Amino acid sequence: MVNFPTWKKVLVALICLLGLAFAAPNFVDEETSKQLPDWLPHNQVNLGLDLRGGSHLLLEVEVQAVIDEYLETLVDSARAELRGERIRYRALGKQEHSAGVTIPNADEREKALELMRGLDSAAQTTIDGDRITITMTDQQIAERRTSAVQQSIEIIRRRIDETGVREPTIQRQGDDRVIVQLPGIDDPERVKSLIGKTAKLTFQMVDLENSVEEALGGRVPPGSLLLPMLEGANSPTGQQYILVKKRVAVSGENLVDAQPSFDGRDNQPVVSFRFDTLGAKKFGKVTTENVKRPFAIVLDGKVISAPVIQEPILGGTGQISGGFSVQDTQDLALLLRAGALPAPLTILEERTVGPGLGADSIAAGEIACLVGMVLVVIFMGIAYGRFGLYADIALAMNLFLILGLLSLLQATLTLPGIAGIVLTIGMAVDANVLIFERIREETRAGRTPISAIDAGYGRALSTIIDANLTTLIAAILLYSFGSGPVRGFAVTLAIGIVTSMFTAIMLTRMFVVTWLRSKRPTELPL
Amino acid sequence: MKALNLIPAGVDIGFISKRKLFFVFSALLLAASVSLTLTKGLNFGIDFKGGILIEVRTEGPANIADMRGKLSTLGLGDISLQEFGEVTDVLIRIQRQPGGDAAQQEAVNAVKGALDENIQYRRTEFVGPQVSAELLEDGIMAVSLAMLAILVYIWFRFEWQFGVGAVIALVHDVTTTIGIFALLGFEFNLSTVAAVLTIAGYSINDTVVVYDRVRENLRKYKTMPLAELLNLSINNTLSRTLITSLTTLLALAALFFLGGEVIRDFSFAMIWGVVVGTYSSICIAVPLLLYFGLDDKARGGLAGDDEDDAEAQPDAP
Repeated sequence: MVNFPTWKKVLVALICLLGLAFAAPNFVDEETSKQLPDWLPHNQVNLGLDLRGGSHLLLEVEVQAVIDEYLETLVDSARAELRGERIRYRALGKQEHSAGVTIPNADEREKALELMRGLDSAAQTTIDGDRITITMTDQQIAERRTSAVQQSIEIIRRRIDETGVREPTIQRQGDDRVIVQLPGIDDPERVKSLIGKTAKLTFQMVDLENSVEEALGGRVPPGSLLLPMLEGANSPTGQQYILVKKRVAVSGENLVDAQPSFDGRDNQPVVSFRFDTLGAKKFGKVTTENVKRPFAIVLDGKVISAPVIQEPILGGTGQISGGFSVQDTQDLALLLRAGALPAPLTILEERTVGPGLGADSIAAGEIACLVGMVLVVIFMGIAYGRFGLYADIALAMNLFLILGLLSLLQATLTLPGIAGIVLTIGMAVDANVLIFERIREETRAGRTPISAIDAGYGRALSTIIDANLTTLIAAILLYSFGSGPVRGFAVTLAIGIVTSMFTAIMLTRMFVVTWLRSKRPTELPL
Repeated sequence: MKALNLIPAGVDIGFISKRKLFFVFSALLLAASVSLTLTKGLNFGIDFKGGILIEVRTEGPANIADMRGKLSTLGLGDISLQEFGEVTDVLIRIQRQPGGDAAQQEAVNAVKGALDENIQYRRTEFVGPQVSAELLEDGIMAVSLAMLAILVYIWFRFEWQFGVGAVIALVHDVTTTIGIFALLGFEFNLSTVAAVLTIAGYSINDTVVVYDRVRENLRKYKTMPLAELLNLSINNTLSRTLITSLTTLLALAALFFLGGEVIRDFSFAMIWGVVVGTYSSICIAVPLLLYFGLDDKARGGLAGDDEDDAEAQPDAP
């Protein structure tokens, strides 16, 4: 233990230098750090949202909506098939993961079963008595869930990118959740309202054959839907409803572009849109067949407006008006460009920290670190003299190593993470305390300095490893079960344990041994 | 530079002889912690309870009564306002809103609408019912698993008696930490769980150091009565135990006084944990070994696999 070969000294020095090099970019401002020469590390510590300010959102994709939608189309096609074959049926409807129909006539069941099987060959179609059930398989559900979540992430990303937020993080968590992190946002309201909208746009004909009053009374004719008019649209007297055909004439999926603009006649803010070839063809056909009839522009189940078609629109372009503000048209155009979400999103958790609080936290953390450090340094000097100073140098080095490793790994530093560093300052000297106390004991037992130092390091080593491994276990569990800021704490704690073992065992030993060899003292200053 | 011996050499305090006193004291402490936690309950933060937390900064000193008046008309149920570190800073807590996650969002918007325009929102958090239940589950899971893992590790490295002793001391520290949170009504949240786990790590660290010395002395002094040997081991390591606790407390005190309001409760939990962890390592974990039949068989077993036994006596170079 009192031998410290040159190659080891070089290795220790190299590790320390690397630590300093990786920590260095944190001591200059961000701009300067980017202009450092190529061979030097540039990365600064990745600050968590609680320190740099920003918004953390946990969203849930309502996958059931996608499944419901699919089952709905299944039910519609089942109805069409059964009617086409003139098979009598009743109780046609959907459950959570299945659709079912009852066929009263026994001799028609075989035919019906065959038709139902043809609707979705991947699903499981069974007959029990007079009831036929089409059940989605687990695989089908999982596929729809994955694609819905992935599609949602893609659309969220497009929407956020359009708002100009820098470096957003959008990732899947668990089965049906999405984490969105928006650095530097202190009022996420606009982003949240953009993310939260499904933005499903459809054009549907207005049902003129049936009366709205009757439908409001509860008798909505099959094939039609009773929809509310959007607020701020042409409904000055509270909520107004309108009856539209269920069948979607053209949907937003066929849009290729949407831009905010102003109406040529009355200069009102509107959104201009353009269809792709297929959409233009459909739109042209519908408007040609329904001149002088109103059609409804529906967004997320609400009617924006229901203008009367004046003439066939064949160019595939049009505009949506509806008493919008300029901001409204900008947002709507953005949503239409980015596309509709496959399913609604719910915000499960939100944590937003303003830049002021983040900066205050960093400042407080820095001061606490510095003061804690100074106190420990003074204390170690008093308690262990020269050896204490060696431990102090190791402690300072330890801080640089933690900072360097955090920058290298690009691990996120959070406020509890800073607390973890401060705690490490206090605990890092423990290994040295153990060793120095042991050396004292061995000296008292009558050993010479060299022998006492040798025994001190040797005996203390297994204790240090045992003691630190148990703390490491706690840190690892903290990381696996913690979330967000707490994880940041676990990371700095774990890094601190590893670096402090290195500095305490290798670095101080190098100092102590070098001093011992050059001075050959007869008595230890402990 | 001359070193200062804070704990004199050859210190001999009769910890083991006073063990009954410590046991009674700790039993009372534990009983008080458990009954306080059960009767008074923990002041769960929104992480575990769900709900809304908003930290605002006003331009001048905050008029909390006025703000409370404005917010209480919103019909959001239980609302608490509290000065937070500075006279200009106010922490607003709102209970979980009935209804789904959208209802929480509406409540946040209602609050923002009701307060003055020139207020700075420093922090807005809301946690829905689903997530808070999961976070609580994860927290309990993490603490239990950590204890189990530590028990297994100590068992593996020492004898089972040491593992049981260490975990009892650990449960003692964790329980009393939870108890002090119940007593003082400090908010119990995700960072508190982190603090509890760190306390577990620290306390076990302390215990392991003393146990390590017990094991060493068991090999060295094969005929010394166990009580005497345990006491010797505690005194051997007393200087280290106290100095490490002191340096850790120095750093934590800096964090508590200067680290800002957000982590003050967290620092407090850690300070408490270090004090109680140091106490339990010395006064609970080691004396407990007396009762686990650390008999000659166990001692013989320990001595048998000791390869550096001959080296255990001080030898002249």
